Amino acid sequence: MNMTLRKSHNSGRWILTAIAVSWFMILILVPVGGLLQKLLTQPFAEIYRSLQTATAARAFLLTAKVTFLTVIINMVMGILMAKVIVTQKFKGKLFIEGLIDLPFAISPVVVGFMLVILFGPYGWLGGWLESVGVKVIYATPGIVIATVFVTLPFVAKEVIPVYQQAGLQGEEAAQVLGASQWQAFWWVTLPTIKWGVIYGVTLALARSLGEFGAVLVVSGSIINQTETATLFIHQQFTDFNYTSAYTASLVIAAIAFIILIGIEWLAKSKKEA
Amino acid sequence: MKSRQPGALLQRSLMFIYLGLFILLPIVAITMASLEEGVTTLWNNISSAQALSALRLTLVTAFIMMIINVVMGTLTAYILVRYPFLGKKIMNALIDLPFAVPTVVTGIMLVILYGPTSTLGSILSGFDLEVVFAKPGIILALLFVTYPFVIRSVQPVLLEMTADTEDAARTMGASNLRVFMTVTLPALLPSILTGAALSFSRAVGEFGSIVVVAGNIPFKSQVASVYIYGELESNNPQGAMGLSVVLLLISFVVLVFLNLLQRQNWLNGGHS
Repeated sequence: MNMTLRKSHNSGRWILTAIAVSWFMILILVPVGGLLQKLLTQPFAEIYRSLQTATAARAFLLTAKVTFLTVIINMVMGILMAKVIVTQKFKGKLFIEGLIDLPFAISPVVVGFMLVILFGPYGWLGGWLESVGVKVIYATPGIVIATVFVTLPFVAKEVIPVYQQAGLQGEEAAQVLGASQWQAFWWVTLPTIKWGVIYGVTLALARSLGEFGAVLVVSGSIINQTETATLFIHQQFTDFNYTSAYTASLVIAAIAFIILIGIEWLAKSKKEA
Repeated sequence: MKSRQPGALLQRSLMFIYLGLFILLPIVAITMASLEEGVTTLWNNISSAQALSALRLTLVTAFIMMIINVVMGTLTAYILVRYPFLGKKIMNALIDLPFAVPTVVTGIMLVILYGPTSTLGSILSGFDLEVVFAKPGIILALLFVTYPFVIRSVQPVLLEMTADTEDAARTMGASNLRVFMTVTLPALLPSILTGAALSFSRAVGEFGSIVVVAGNIPFKSQVASVYIYGELESNNPQGAMGLSVVLLLISFVVLVFLNLLQRQNWLNGGHS
């Protein structure tokens, strides 16, 4: 009887695995493969040429610039917010934690719209900023603010649990031994939360590279000026320039994928070591 | 004692200014702006036939996605943790792939695969099944972008929960299904609900993949986010306000739900 029980257990196991693996392949891998196959049937020279245009180069450069700024702001402010949440007691902390979570829940289009209302030429802050010569909406600062908004929770969300687990004893002990608050943080806390920071930054980076909706609304998608890589892809696709749309798609997705999976792999091997 | 340290106040103030300026103020601004022309105008914007139809399509597709995700995500997390199989390590690493693919690219990939000119698309249209520019395309796009949520939420809980209890129930003669329903599932429920809520809120706001796959056909394939974008494009910000406020409200509700879930979880954890 035990034998039959084992056996039915095993065949059930096999069927469930087959269902989950096929679902993953059909839903995720086949579409990715479809894109790859479309590109491989194009002549290589044409693929190469499609990204050699000045418009494509500008779009990728703008994305690189925006992503770099977003990641720096996210890293600094993410660590700071995690530090305040973990080490300080203050009124309204739950509300603040809710605010940090909020950007993930809001539609990117609504994010863009809210920023236009606030920072647009007729907005509360936009009118004033424009009078001192700073253009936010339909310009690079707006794109950076929109990207920072949608990626804001990543670093803090990854760092807070690691920080909490590490505890404050080490930092406090270092301070008792005469280290300044800054030294204690730099030499004791930062090494322990390092992987949280790295993972959060990676997720923010992948999202920054791919952000579309919020940037679309805020940028006005002015070719050669405020067109990021994803806006370029969308533009090329709607203009029936399929080769450059597919090529740019693959480049952006591949960069994000390599960074994301690479870091996960690294983190795992570090943890196991 | 901590908060009396020099620098603590400065750090806290910096955080307040940052969150206040970039998160809170935009929300306050859109709320005020939406009420500028009175509650009636706002209500009329929300309750116009086209806006309501877009909202309904958004909620229906997000709900269908969520149900499929709950079943498939729990199953996938389960086999990834409990069963050994060839290629498991690779699959586990590729689960996060949708996070790396820009949403526009997701849309383009689905059009390549299911579009009217593709092999698969023409076969499906032979069966009268339209994917692109229709509801199935929206659901497929949502399933793609939210694929990791339930899996990544359930997986760590399953990892921590050893197979001992399940095995014990099994030796006492319970069937596999019964063990799963009475032992495993209740323990996983909070993490399943968390993943479901996260994927739902992501789906309600999703834009890039849907605008490519489903286009912008009112009453047919136009979801809320695309409706908002359309109103902005045609220079009608007042019309865009209605559904924007509704989507914001849905975000708040989901967030409060997640918060309650977390606290409930924590209470249960403290009990045992």
